[in-house]
Amino acid sequence: MTEVALQAVELVRRIEGDVAHTLVNGIDLAVNKGEFVAITGPSGSGKSSLLYLLGLLDAPSEGEVMICGQPTSKLSESERADVRLTRCGFVFQFHFLLPEFTSLDNVLLPMRAAGKMAEGEMRERGLALLSSLGLAEHANKRPNQLSGGQRQRVAIARALANRPEIIVADEPTGALDTKSTEQVFSILRDIADHGQTVIVVTHDPALAARADRRIHIVDGKIAEIAMRDGGELVCEGVS
Amino acid sequence: MKLLFNIAWTHVSTRVRQTLVGMAGVAMGVGFTIMMAGLMQGSQIDFLRQLVDTMPHITIEDERRSVPTQPAEQEYAAVQMADIANVGKRPGIKYPESVMSSLRSWIPGDVAPSVKTTAIIDHGGARIGITLTGIDPRREVHVSKLAAQMREGKLDDLSRAPNAIIIGEALAEKLGVKTGNTVLLVGGQGTQLNSTVAGLFRSGLKRVDESQIYSLAGPAQVMMGQNGVINQLRLRLNDPMAAQKVAAQVEAQTGYKSVSWQEANADLLSTFTVRDFIVLTVMGAMLLTSSFATYNIISTITHEKRQDIAIMKSLGMREYAVRRIFIIESVIIGVVGILFGWILGYLLCYGWSKITIFNPLTGTTVPLQIYYSAMHYVVAGGISLLCCAGAAYFPARKATRVHPVEIIRGAS
Ligand SMILES: Nc1ncnc2c1ncn2[C@@H]1O[C@H](COP(=O)(O)OP(=O)(O)OP(=O)(O)O)[C@@H](O)[C@H]1O
Ligand SMILES: [Mg+2]
Repeated sequence: MTEVALQAVELVRRIEGDVAHTLVNGIDLAVNKGEFVAITGPSGSGKSSLLYLLGLLDAPSEGEVMICGQPTSKLSESERADVRLTRCGFVFQFHFLLPEFTSLDNVLLPMRAAGKMAEGEMRERGLALLSSLGLAEHANKRPNQLSGGQRQRVAIARALANRPEIIVADEPTGALDTKSTEQVFSILRDIADHGQTVIVVTHDPALAARADRRIHIVDGKIAEIAMRDGGELVCEGVS
Repeated sequence: MKLLFNIAWTHVSTRVRQTLVGMAGVAMGVGFTIMMAGLMQGSQIDFLRQLVDTMPHITIEDERRSVPTQPAEQEYAAVQMADIANVGKRPGIKYPESVMSSLRSWIPGDVAPSVKTTAIIDHGGARIGITLTGIDPRREVHVSKLAAQMREGKLDDLSRAPNAIIIGEALAEKLGVKTGNTVLLVGGQGTQLNSTVAGLFRSGLKRVDESQIYSLAGPAQVMMGQNGVINQLRLRLNDPMAAQKVAAQVEAQTGYKSVSWQEANADLLSTFTVRDFIVLTVMGAMLLTSSFATYNIISTITHEKRQDIAIMKSLGMREYAVRRIFIIESVIIGVVGILFGWILGYLLCYGWSKITIFNPLTGTTVPLQIYYSAMHYVVAGGISLLCCAGAAYFPARKATRVHPVEIIRGAS
């Protein structure tokens, strides 16, 4: 039996005001634990907007996001922050590392903010994460002393720091070369294979092809879902 | 908290110049405030000390504050007396010795009798109006610092020569007289008395030094034309600040008008109140403006760190925690600034105390009196720290309110 890690119910996100716009327009989605989902779609279709909603970074206008079966729409902003801290890890196109901190300190940041582990334990975990991403010798470098791919891997390590159930990534390879892209892909795949749920927005067909499921979004709606069936992703039209 | 402090520290330590400017601002504000407080309180305390040393703490005079109820009024309620002179004849204090011994039994200090009258001092064509106080040298030492203020001669010299007087140095200078010279005293009734200057004193208060002279009780009574009269009792208290309270009690007990030194100098003391108010306002404004640089720095940092703020919030750090980072930064700036401000304040006070200045009140050149008080340092530091925290709070609140999605969208 598969366990649902993340579920979106009738998710709508509207922007009111002079430039009224519906970013996300009624999305229903259930993602299983350990599943690797790729979200694709044309530019401006609402992929990022959907991802912010799924990661509790943004609040929906209508509908509900359930994390491990718990509804989140009634949570206060601080409670949502706590959920982000411990249950969701974010990776963005831009690395967003704190420039004054070393790789290790950046990875330690969410652990320190959560304050659940002893300092020694945190450092141990931070170093383990960095070396699992091939960054062992870069632990004490600051972001401006790292390459783009390395920075992005530090950002992934930071997202993993508090062992979140869900990792959401918005075009994590958008600014990387082929080799780094390949590295990041395998890392994300690996994370999913180890039981964490990964949802990644990408324009890269190669990455999308390695996902368990590909969700194609057009105009804030799901247009097409492709499921892995044996080796290949097979399209299922959405009515 | 350690994390927040770490982040705050990286922010300030990577902006050495800006941080130093902020610290310098705080240090200046605190330093100059401490200096002003020390100068102001120093001069005030110095002045009050002179006042308190020179004047009796309480003066009891043979006068009543209001017209006593007349016998006719007491007998017949309908009769109302008007136009009764309150000043007219002042017969002196009745039974001064028994009044004094009864006062001595309870006042925390001592009391001495004196005879006060006015006269004109005439010497070589110069005629100057003065107040003549007839004293008892043995008792005087218990109620005034006159003995200590003597520059030439001693109090006892009053009984060495006939009609001897002690006059202020300033008056002597004005008249051009020296110890041993003879001057002419002219009383209200035209009584004339040849007096020998037996000594000179200096109280430091110009108005006393120029117009107050002392003799034994006898010559003063002669000048008044009322033999054997004591018209003034002067009190000295162990605690001069209690004078107002004690004066009221004395007045209630004796019925005679009792004036505390505070009442006698009410006009001077009220100008102090106004001055205090002005100086406190200026010091408050100084401390406030000294935190402007800090406000500026925190505004700049929060602006530059918008992305970091967004990412910290998106990672799940609470808004108030992120806000606290910037308040910690300004507290770091504030605390270091305050420490330097304390040093600066002390050095400024020390510097001022080396400067001598002409004091028009006393007519002398003296070093500036500085009052050193830990309270000045604590209060200036405390207010400054509050100003810094406030200066950080507002830009930090504004910056950390921003929704992280807005920044993240803007940056990718
Ligand atoms: N604050 C806003 N006000 C109005 N419209 C907005 C706002 N934010 C985003 N949009 C619009 O919402 C739509 C969806 O944006 P979103 O960033 O989710 O697209 P996307 O699928 O991630 O595109 P891309 O692939 O280019 O990143 C876009 O058309 C965008 O112009
Ligand atoms: Mg996008």
